Amino acid sequence: MPDGGVTGLFQPIPSQRHLSRLCPGLVALLVLPLPSCSGNHSALDPAGPEAANIAQLFFLMLVGAVVIWLGLVASIIYASRKRREHSEESAGRVILWGGAVIPTIILCALLSYGMWLMPAIRPWVPDDHQVRRIEVTGEQFWWRVRYFDEAGKTMFETANEVRIPVGQPAHFSLKAADVIHSFWVPSLGGKMDMIPGRTNPLTLTADREGTYRGVCAEFCGESHALMAFTVRAVAPDEHEAWLAERRASSPQDTEGLAVFLNNGCGACHAISGTAANGRIGPDLTAFGERSTLAAGTLPHTVEDIARFVAYPGVIKPGVKMPHFGMLPEDDIKTIAVFLKELK
Amino acid sequence: MKSVIPREVESLWTLFTAPTVWAVHFVGCYTTVAVYCAKASSLDFGFETVRLLLAGLTILALAVIVLSAWLAWRQWGFGVHDPPHDEPTKKGRTLFQGYATLLLSGLSFVAVVYAAIPLIFIAECQR
Ligand code: HEC
Ligand SMILES: [Cu+2]
Repeated sequence: MPDGGVTGLFQPIPSQRHLSRLCPGLVALLVLPLPSCSGNHSALDPAGPEAANIAQLFFLMLVGAVVIWLGLVASIIYASRKRREHSEESAGRVILWGGAVIPTIILCALLSYGMWLMPAIRPWVPDDHQVRRIEVTGEQFWWRVRYFDEAGKTMFETANEVRIPVGQPAHFSLKAADVIHSFWVPSLGGKMDMIPGRTNPLTLTADREGTYRGVCAEFCGESHALMAFTVRAVAPDEHEAWLAERRASSPQDTEGLAVFLNNGCGACHAISGTAANGRIGPDLTAFGERSTLAAGTLPHTVEDIARFVAYPGVIKPGVKMPHFGMLPEDDIKTIAVFLKELK
Repeated sequence: MKSVIPREVESLWTLFTAPTVWAVHFVGCYTTVAVYCAKASSLDFGFETVRLLLAGLTILALAVIVLSAWLAWRQWGFGVHDPPHDEPTKKGRTLFQGYATLLLSGLSFVAVVYAAIPLIFIAECQR
């Protein structure tokens, strides 16, 4: 302002044209991120009732926030034009209603709505109900998965991948082995912390068949961001067949297995039907069926398995697996092929 | 009422009454539910009883807050005078304090209602 005539924050808007020129840009800005709302890792593209309730809560709050924001902007524009003087009294009324009474009512309604949603977002079955549970334990930086039968007996163990039947509630018991982790499958529901010394129940239901991505949602160390997992929702009879297959371990005996065992991998990793029965690292039974490697860090290919076995700490800083880069390249290759083919 | 509660009670203590009631109600609700849910299996009454008990506590808390609000309203002269009450006189201070107490009572009332809303919707412990 060269002549210093206008001061203050809210200067009158010179002409309508500025607003209309802004509009296309605004619309583009709003529409551009929309495609990123879908996918197998989005709370806004729910694949089950728990997640659907959360998405509904989000959209309700979004619409409410937009309405309030528009009202606020409109009143700022109105105030900046100030055609008419208003009395102190009416200003006081605006502050009382807009600043205290209406927000109190809105917050009360939102709180009640959120509370009302709770049972649907966090369905749970009492401990004494005979259901199959899936125990998932967060470890730095991977997920130990155990399937229990109705009587609470361990059927088998696996890692970094959870299979659940479509249309049936999956009951998770969430634990932590070292530090606090958090179990979150955005497409299926809200997150739940995994706390050492506690067992937190969580029930999720998938309505659609598909592969969903889960992540650790509580900072847990150097490779926290490389701690993901896969949830596969499959048809119930397919799921039953898989459970039966996994329970009946088929003995393995290959050249690859010998190399695996000779290099001490079996001290930390278990492969059912073999002498490998370590409990420190992920169970590698049927490893070839998994879709990712090292808790969602790498694609599941022979090259990447070899790369990971040679230098795990380079790929995942702070990982609790020693590197095996000193082994002959052929041995690593043999192990990688063996693991990739493990069914 | 005037004779029952003399004007001598009007002090800083009346200012604290409503927030204190809110704090007691808040802590009371949380600890009662937490202790009940931790011990539920060894107790022979249900969560319904706990909810009723806390509903009673809530009504009591709201009643005390309303009483404190009424006293504050009286101290403020039943709204005859307009704020800001910034004269350096005893009367100015009394009115200011009454007005502040009234506002705090309103805030505490809303806070107690908010803290009690979960009692309506949460019907059981998760273990
Ligand atoms: C000291 C224990 C230890 C030894 C020995 C060990 N590992 Fe591991 N391994 C781990 C741990 C812990 C992880 C989990 C790493 C992570 O993702 O955070 C792991 C992960 C893996 C994974 C990825 C598993 C998955 O679910 O994606 C493979 C493959 C693997 N190890 C192969 C091997 C091979 C092959 C050997 C032998 C040459 C070996 N490991 C020796 C502890 C060990
Ligand atoms: Cu973690």
